[in-house]
Amino acid sequence: MKVCIPVEINTNELRVAATPKTVLRLKKQGFDVFVEKGAGLKSNFSDESFVESGAQILDTAKEIYKIADIILKVQAPNSKEIKMMHKGQVMLSYLWPAQNPELLKELSKKGVNAIAMDAIPRISRAQKMDVLSSMANIAGYRAVIESANYFGRFLNGQITAAGKVDPAKVLVIGAGVAGLAAIGTANSLGAIVRAFDTRMEVEEQIQSMGAQFLKVEIEEDGATDSGYSKVMSKEFIEAEMTLFKKQAKEIDIIITTAQIPGRKAPTLILKEHVAVMKPGSVIVDLAASTGGNCELTVDNEVITTDNGVIIVGKLSQLPSQASQLYGNNLCHLLDDMGKNENFAIDMEDDVVSRAMVTYNGKINWPPEPLPVSPQKPKEEIKEIVDDKPTPEEITKKKAKSTLISLIVIGVFLFLLGKVAPSDFMGHFTVFVLSIFIGWQVVWNVSHALHTPLMAVTNAISGIIVIGGLLQTQDNLSSPMTIIAFVAILVASINIVGGFFVTHRMLKMFKK
Amino acid sequence: MISVQIQTAAYLFASILFILSLGGLSSQESAKRGVLYGMVGMAIAILSTVLGKDVQGYTYIIIAVAIASLIGIIVARKVEMTSMPQLVAILHSFVGLAAVLVGFGSYLDPHTQTLQGSEHSIHLIEVFIGVFIGAITFTGSIIAWGKLDGKIRSKPLVYPGRHVVNITLVVISIVLGVLFTMAHGTDGMIYLYIMTAIASFIGVMLVMAIGGADMPVVVSMLNSYSGWAAAAAGFMLGNDLLIVTGALVGSSGAILSIIMCEAMNRSFLSVIFGGFGATPITSNDEEIEGEVTSTTHEEVGELLKEANNILIVPGYGMAVAKAQYPVYDLVEMLQKEGKKVTFGIHPVAGRLPGHMNVLLAEANVSYDIVLEMEEVNDDMAETDVVLVIGANDIVNPGAITDASSPIYGMPVIKVWEARKVIVMKRSMATGYAGVQNPLFFKDNADMLYGDAKDSVDKINMALKS
Repeated sequence: MKVCIPVEINTNELRVAATPKTVLRLKKQGFDVFVEKGAGLKSNFSDESFVESGAQILDTAKEIYKIADIILKVQAPNSKEIKMMHKGQVMLSYLWPAQNPELLKELSKKGVNAIAMDAIPRISRAQKMDVLSSMANIAGYRAVIESANYFGRFLNGQITAAGKVDPAKVLVIGAGVAGLAAIGTANSLGAIVRAFDTRMEVEEQIQSMGAQFLKVEIEEDGATDSGYSKVMSKEFIEAEMTLFKKQAKEIDIIITTAQIPGRKAPTLILKEHVAVMKPGSVIVDLAASTGGNCELTVDNEVITTDNGVIIVGKLSQLPSQASQLYGNNLCHLLDDMGKNENFAIDMEDDVVSRAMVTYNGKINWPPEPLPVSPQKPKEEIKEIVDDKPTPEEITKKKAKSTLISLIVIGVFLFLLGKVAPSDFMGHFTVFVLSIFIGWQVVWNVSHALHTPLMAVTNAISGIIVIGGLLQTQDNLSSPMTIIAFVAILVASINIVGGFFVTHRMLKMFKK
Repeated sequence: MISVQIQTAAYLFASILFILSLGGLSSQESAKRGVLYGMVGMAIAILSTVLGKDVQGYTYIIIAVAIASLIGIIVARKVEMTSMPQLVAILHSFVGLAAVLVGFGSYLDPHTQTLQGSEHSIHLIEVFIGVFIGAITFTGSIIAWGKLDGKIRSKPLVYPGRHVVNITLVVISIVLGVLFTMAHGTDGMIYLYIMTAIASFIGVMLVMAIGGADMPVVVSMLNSYSGWAAAAAGFMLGNDLLIVTGALVGSSGAILSIIMCEAMNRSFLSVIFGGFGATPITSNDEEIEGEVTSTTHEEVGELLKEANNILIVPGYGMAVAKAQYPVYDLVEMLQKEGKKVTFGIHPVAGRLPGHMNVLLAEANVSYDIVLEMEEVNDDMAETDVVLVIGANDIVNPGAITDASSPIYGMPVIKVWEARKVIVMKRSMATGYAGVQNPLFFKDNADMLYGDAKDSVDKINMALKS
């Protein structure tokens, strides 16, 4: 089958749907790869590098669309491009099906089987093909770098000969993939990072990336089955706004990442918040293209407010890196669909059936929802915990059983003392006390030395040789001597072998 | 010739040395000194016994000890560290055999017949119990040795009604014991013979019924038995040193068994009477989500090149393949690159408590980087790559999440919390517990099929290139 990569005609789009590295993977999967001349230029991949990886270069888009079985694109195609396609072709790209019903109609009319990469369900199996995650990761990183660029100071705290520099304080709102990537980047640059999210379950993730998790005083969990957060109650939003206002006074950089697919981004940073921020502070709004999380954001522009706050509404895409990740996502999807020899569209498949927005001339949107909560419901855990007795009950039980066993032991010892001769009682005392000593000593033995412990106890238990020694007689014809001889023999093997092998083992333990 | 008082003093000194010897094993630094204490203690004990007034037949003693020392040294030198479990098991059987022999000898001892009344009966009971424990230890250890050495199938041999049979046999033994204590002179010999046969049979069946994965418990248990057998011999002979030593060894083995059982979250009785490895697992209704992905040696090499914090979790598979040497090379290479490499050892990894530690020590791995399960579990989130080499059940997330799993509740190494897990395994077959491992289906886990030694060698090559 022929996989074709045309030039992205949108001038703002710097990415390309394949890189020399992903071409190699596609070749490995058995596909023939064709790249339109100059497709990789904007993301710094030359035609030669594509050829080196085994792709063939075609001069015009027309040729590309004519021979293609599978088309890999980044941006959704425009009408001109769709005209060049033909029936039965499979096309992979961003489509934003919820916002672009007209586009879906056009594609279905043409009979193109279009897969919207942004509609891949966010379940764990599909993570490797999830372009939203892979692109969000880049956006999060870039947001911090961009903000550092506009921010006039160091991000990390320093004590220099010229004086002390305070670390910058960064607030990340929304702890999705982009948010977490931003937290990690800001943290590694040395900034003090705080983060906010309405979903309680992300607290751990936030902390693991090195940020402090901010909480409002109202308890409400915004987590839903879809993995995105729900709309919160009025009280919660009020509390959230107060929190942001308080934070805005001390924070130097705010990075907002709250987006809901197919809807306008929630407005989180109001004019009044911006007003209290220090001059020179930076807001990077990753949701700028869907309306912005900040009231003042202008899409695709960087503005400075009256009080000197810089609001960044456009980000460079790191085209080379982004193309690589996007291309990998595509490769994974094609891999999942059966590679070259078994390539098939399986509408029973959870992932393909949901992302395939037009199929055999029909529009297949919206799909049925698929719950993807990253964590299991909490009730389950509770049940298990409830089964176990509380620590108090355990101590009570323990005390009880200790008492009973002490009584039993006492009675047993009393009875034993009544019948046993005094000699025996003496030995018995030694026996019991030795068990106690052994018990105390052996619990201290380090786990790593359990094998040597066994070997050495083995050697020591060869002490039974004494029995044989005491029983030997001068007379070889006596059965006792023969028995004793064998006993001495085996017990001594034990002693010598045991000690030797322990010694050998311990010699090997080196620091 | 030394007096009885001096002899007692020497025994006391030997006991102290034995206790210090076990105490020395609390850390690697003091362990070597500990063994030395043990050797000195043993020498003092034997010398003071031989020099005692009742001892005869020096020629035979010297011959026996000479032959034994030769055998002991040869065996101890030649044994491979991977076969340590077998050696330990066979040495246990020797103690058992010696206990049986000493018991018989003590019964034949003319001195026994001079005892009167309750002293006589108690002595006979001591003999009887000593021989009983000794015989079980003897045959049980031989079977354990056979299983560990692969001479006997490690699958548990379970037949219906075996508990009834075992209990009946124990009851018969008790009856024989009563008859034995009542018999005059050496007439009771026949009962002793029958009981020895029964006890030997019990020992065989006891260990035959236990599956391969429970072997660490069995070996520790037999270790304990061999101690009790020695203690019983001490009672027979009225010798405190034997009693002290036997009790030390007995409790040591018991503690090891408890530690092993805790590490598998199973009660001691269920292991002994179990037959766990053979139970077919049908309860696994919960379907495991995700798919198994496999990877190549080159990819693992790339992964390791990029990782900074690497954890290696070895299991029995590493011992079988003798992969500890290439693993050491791998560790050295990674450490030279400035990466942090640690080992995480599960208490029941391998076939003997602490087996993995010994194997790694043999391959020169510094014990500083060989950590226990708890120590590595806390740092799992900061770990970039985990290499699981020939381990299965000890890294099974089902033990924590799946209440229907037979290993539910067993503490495991939480490798799946690391960023990436590579599982080196020969095939997708289940571990000894016979449970499917959801780890293999996790997104961050990749399988690397093949013999552990081969795989590690190939990864090393990939790293070098």
